[in-house]
Amino acid sequence: MALKIVKGSIDRMFDKNLQDLVRGIRNHKEDEAKYISTCIDEIKQELKQDNIAVKANAVCKLTYLQMLGYDVSWAAFNIVEVMSSSKFTYKRIGYLAASQCFHESTDVIMLTTNQIRKDLSSPNQYDTGVALTGLSCFVTPDLARDLANDIMTLMSHTKPYIRKKAVLIMYKVFLKYPESLRPAFPRLKEKLEDPDPGVQSAAVNVICELARRNPKNYLSLAPLFFKLMTSSTNNWVLIKIIKLFGALTPLEPRLGKKLIEPLTNLIHSTSAMSLLYECVNTVIAVLISLSSGMPNHSASIQVSFSRHAHTFSLKYLGLLAMSKILKTHPKSVQSHKDLILQCLDDKDESIRLRALDLLYGMVSKKNLMEIVKKLMLHVDKAEGTTYRDELLTKIIDICSQSNYQYISILVELTRLEGTRHGHLIASQMLDVAIRVKAIRAFAVAQMATLLDNAHLLTGNTQRNGICEVLYAAAWICGEFSEHLEEPMATLEAMLRPKVATLPGHIQAVYVQNAAKLFATVLRGQEGAPADSTVAQETSQLLIDRLPLFVQSSNLEVQERASCILQLVKYIQKLQQKDVEVAEEVTALFAGELNPVAPKAQKKVPVPEGLDLDVWINEPPSGSESEDEGRKSKGKAVFAKDESRHTKPRYTEVDEKELAKRREVRKAEQANNPFYIKASPSSQKVYQDGVGVEHIPVVQIDLSVPLKVPDQYVKLEEERRERNKADKKKKKDKKKREKGEKGRRRRGDSGPESEEDITPAHMVDIVTEEMPEWIDLRFISPLILLSLSLAPHLQVCDIQGNLQDGSQVVVSVIFENKCDSFIKSMEFNVLDSLNSKLQRPDGAGPHDGLIVPFQLPPGISNEARFIFSVQNIVMPQKLKGTLTFIVKTDDSSTHEKLDFKLHFTCTSYLITTPCYSDAYSKLLESGDLKGCSLKLEGVNQPFHHLLARICFHHHFSVVERIDSCASMYSRSIQGHHMCLLVKTADQTVSIDAKCDEPGLLGNVLDEIKLTFSQC
Amino acid sequence: MMRFMLLFSRQGKLRLQKWYTATAERDKKKMVRELMQVVLARKPKMSSFLEWRDLKIVYKRYASLYFCCAVEEQDNELITLEVIHRFVELLDKYFGSVCELDIIFNFEKAYFILDEFLIGGEIQDTSKKSVLKAIEQADLLQEVHTHTHHREKK
Repeated sequence: MALKIVKGSIDRMFDKNLQDLVRGIRNHKEDEAKYISTCIDEIKQELKQDNIAVKANAVCKLTYLQMLGYDVSWAAFNIVEVMSSSKFTYKRIGYLAASQCFHESTDVIMLTTNQIRKDLSSPNQYDTGVALTGLSCFVTPDLARDLANDIMTLMSHTKPYIRKKAVLIMYKVFLKYPESLRPAFPRLKEKLEDPDPGVQSAAVNVICELARRNPKNYLSLAPLFFKLMTSSTNNWVLIKIIKLFGALTPLEPRLGKKLIEPLTNLIHSTSAMSLLYECVNTVIAVLISLSSGMPNHSASIQVSFSRHAHTFSLKYLGLLAMSKILKTHPKSVQSHKDLILQCLDDKDESIRLRALDLLYGMVSKKNLMEIVKKLMLHVDKAEGTTYRDELLTKIIDICSQSNYQYISILVELTRLEGTRHGHLIASQMLDVAIRVKAIRAFAVAQMATLLDNAHLLTGNTQRNGICEVLYAAAWICGEFSEHLEEPMATLEAMLRPKVATLPGHIQAVYVQNAAKLFATVLRGQEGAPADSTVAQETSQLLIDRLPLFVQSSNLEVQERASCILQLVKYIQKLQQKDVEVAEEVTALFAGELNPVAPKAQKKVPVPEGLDLDVWINEPPSGSESEDEGRKSKGKAVFAKDESRHTKPRYTEVDEKELAKRREVRKAEQANNPFYIKASPSSQKVYQDGVGVEHIPVVQIDLSVPLKVPDQYVKLEEERRERNKADKKKKKDKKKREKGEKGRRRRGDSGPESEEDITPAHMVDIVTEEMPEWIDLRFISPLILLSLSLAPHLQVCDIQGNLQDGSQVVVSVIFENKCDSFIKSMEFNVLDSLNSKLQRPDGAGPHDGLIVPFQLPPGISNEARFIFSVQNIVMPQKLKGTLTFIVKTDDSSTHEKLDFKLHFTCTSYLITTPCYSDAYSKLLESGDLKGCSLKLEGVNQPFHHLLARICFHHHFSVVERIDSCASMYSRSIQGHHMCLLVKTADQTVSIDAKCDEPGLLGNVLDEIKLTFSQC
Repeated sequence: MMRFMLLFSRQGKLRLQKWYTATAERDKKKMVRELMQVVLARKPKMSSFLEWRDLKIVYKRYASLYFCCAVEEQDNELITLEVIHRFVELLDKYFGSVCELDIIFNFEKAYFILDEFLIGGEIQDTSKKSVLKAIEQADLLQEVHTHTHHREKK
């Protein structure tokens, strides 16, 4: 044994330690890789030894090699060995190596759990500290879960050294294992008031980080933090707190008002730049959230900040902050224009770019010219292509806000070397010349000079980009040639032989515009007292020069040139006969281009009889199953509509009609739970809407637009709505009762019919003795219930609750559609043996649930009711009543509404995805009972059919092959339901399997019903 | 939260790297290479901050060494600069006017100091004194061990 120890230490003497390794690497600069590979071999030998000191030394060296970029993952297990040494020296090295090398997919991490736990509870605080440090780097979700409790205990350790580490590690644990947050939070909160400042700041740190992710959960801590902020003098802590407030203020504007003062005080008193910067950032956030603005404050912040912005590289941050201020308080930034312009001279490109952005944002009509001039100066000095290009784009963008002198700036820009913005400049030139009549003369003059000096631009191949400008120049000179002072000279310039070196598309424009110029020249010359020879010379010039272009390899140029050449030859012939041709030639290019505003189309009235909302073709079939409804029934409905109602409708496509449509849409969006609510007033308007108001309220049979989350279904509804109104005017107004309505639903294909969107759930209505008429209609997954006087009930969803197999949640939207205030609503359902409304503890089985809100006119709100259901095999119908008080100015009446809720078996199904292998396993298991169903005469595409089943009955498609598909769904109580759907010749056969035959039968019945209604 | 801290020389040799989020080796290498290029290309009078990928980079050069931190978008650049400076001060106190070679040859010590100062990318202790005290005591513990070890050997 003694010999072994001696041997071990002798070995060690020959071992390299870390210093030797580093030295060795430095001495082997030429063959570093080779040297290191021998070192790694040595390390492998060392790791095989039993002596932990040798191993630790080897691991230490490996950590160094890892930093140099060598793979050491093979030694992971040895690292764990060294970690578990009882000696601090080695443990420290082991944990260091682990924190450098381990990551989530390192599998030996699993082996460390117990070791780490042991170290965490070690009596030696440094053992604990080392373990915590290591853990912070390589914590995995598993480790976090297993060790969360141990670390939580350490948060109350006697030593602050451990406490602060534990608090900070908890953040990492929360990230990896969020469930630990809830139990740990109270203790974390306690630490905010820890006597040790280090622990306190650690807790602030962690809570700030958490709050940044999800601010609204931490609003309640605001007073505590406010206290800390006003009492703490530790800048590091202050910065964190102020940052936290920055995250909280958007949620709580009152906080912002309170913060402004202490923050401005800090800004004026602190000497720490970082704190100042944080304060300014938060103040900006506060100002933005207050939006009302506090110009004085912002100004003072500005001043203090820009004062510092002169110094050092704070410029960058200053600019960043200013761009934030600019968004809300542009004026206060204006005064720093000079400072920002100075920044353009900065050596740092990122600063220049920031400054440029800022300037761009600052441009207004007044200072435009000044800024552009300054920028132009910079263009000359600018170095670095990216920056210069950026600068050019910005100048052009800025200039495009104003027209005047813009052209000259553009021309100036073309003189710059090596820019790639020829295209942009050209298009801007064209844009301005076309848009602004007043500037054309000036533009044409400038362009003529440009054309004249074209050789300057094209001379250098480097400037290729810029010759794009000539494209614009040629076109402008040609199109607006009447403004040219010397058209002849320009024509001459355009036909120079040098032009042939330009790119093809530019030559083409040259040729075409030469012809335009020719026309102008001719007119000028013929108008002058008879000097026909001059005119003929002009023609001769074209005839001489054009053949050059006819030979061009570019097709476009060739075609245009030869065409024009022939034309000119013909003209020349006429001229020789002394015929005046100018008039006719000009006619070739007659007509002026008019700029059209992008919104001009809106001003054109829609011709009578043209309905832009109607589909020209069949609407594309989406996955939404409502489509099929329209497909099958829709046609008839459409045809009928058109013949009957088109006329009256379109004669009044006026302001009123448009307004009404808009209101209807708004009202629908307000009703629709998928929309963010519009202003409450819109609903009222809807009620007063044209058409509806003529009908005594009591007699409205169907008054509610259907809620389907689909754009065009909505359009369709509007139309139907109007038809209904029209129709009702004509039809005699009789009260319909339940039976008749039921028949109507299937039989009558009148325009108002809601069959388009097949109800998946039916609700029976108890109407006979009711003073008001109620219609309760369910549209899967939206179910609605309406009544004319008083609240408009909309059952928007009946949905099973996955977490509890016997719960079903019913969401009801109450909407007040009358003009009176509605309060004290009580929702009650007569419980059946099977289904019960869940009432609060202590309430009797017949007590109603008080709806926790009141409804002013036109307002809607949603309430959820939970039902417990024992047996989901059978569909359920529950009778219910809603009582409420309608309050008008002088009186209040107590009203009652009866309704029925229909829980179909489908509503107990939950769409659950299923993979095909799991699906086949399920079928193989043999636990499922079968049942089948045949549907005849279904003439819709297969994918519609599937979409319909998915949508209405909460199934998901597992696999689809041609005209055969397997589908899956699960009930809230975990029954599996599998469908095999096949289709052939309008016949659909559904083979279904489920472990609960009763449920299966009912669901199949419901599916059958769905298809029989379409 | 700080994502990582790198120390590298003007020649582009990595001297220290600390990652506060577990990152795969390959990604680390790629990021280090890319970032070193960006930072080394910058001129002395440029600002210490730059935006890189979705992170903010804060760097400062001390003699031949670049200290470079990557922080998240909402973090304060200036406080990060102070963190760097504080770390340099700590190294300086510990090694006694620190130079690049100190860090190369005692790189594990440099890590220990950093670990006492920052943990999980957050500042652990704002007081220089308590950080140094913690390191001294841990070192003392280490020496006791090595001494006993030597004695065992004898």
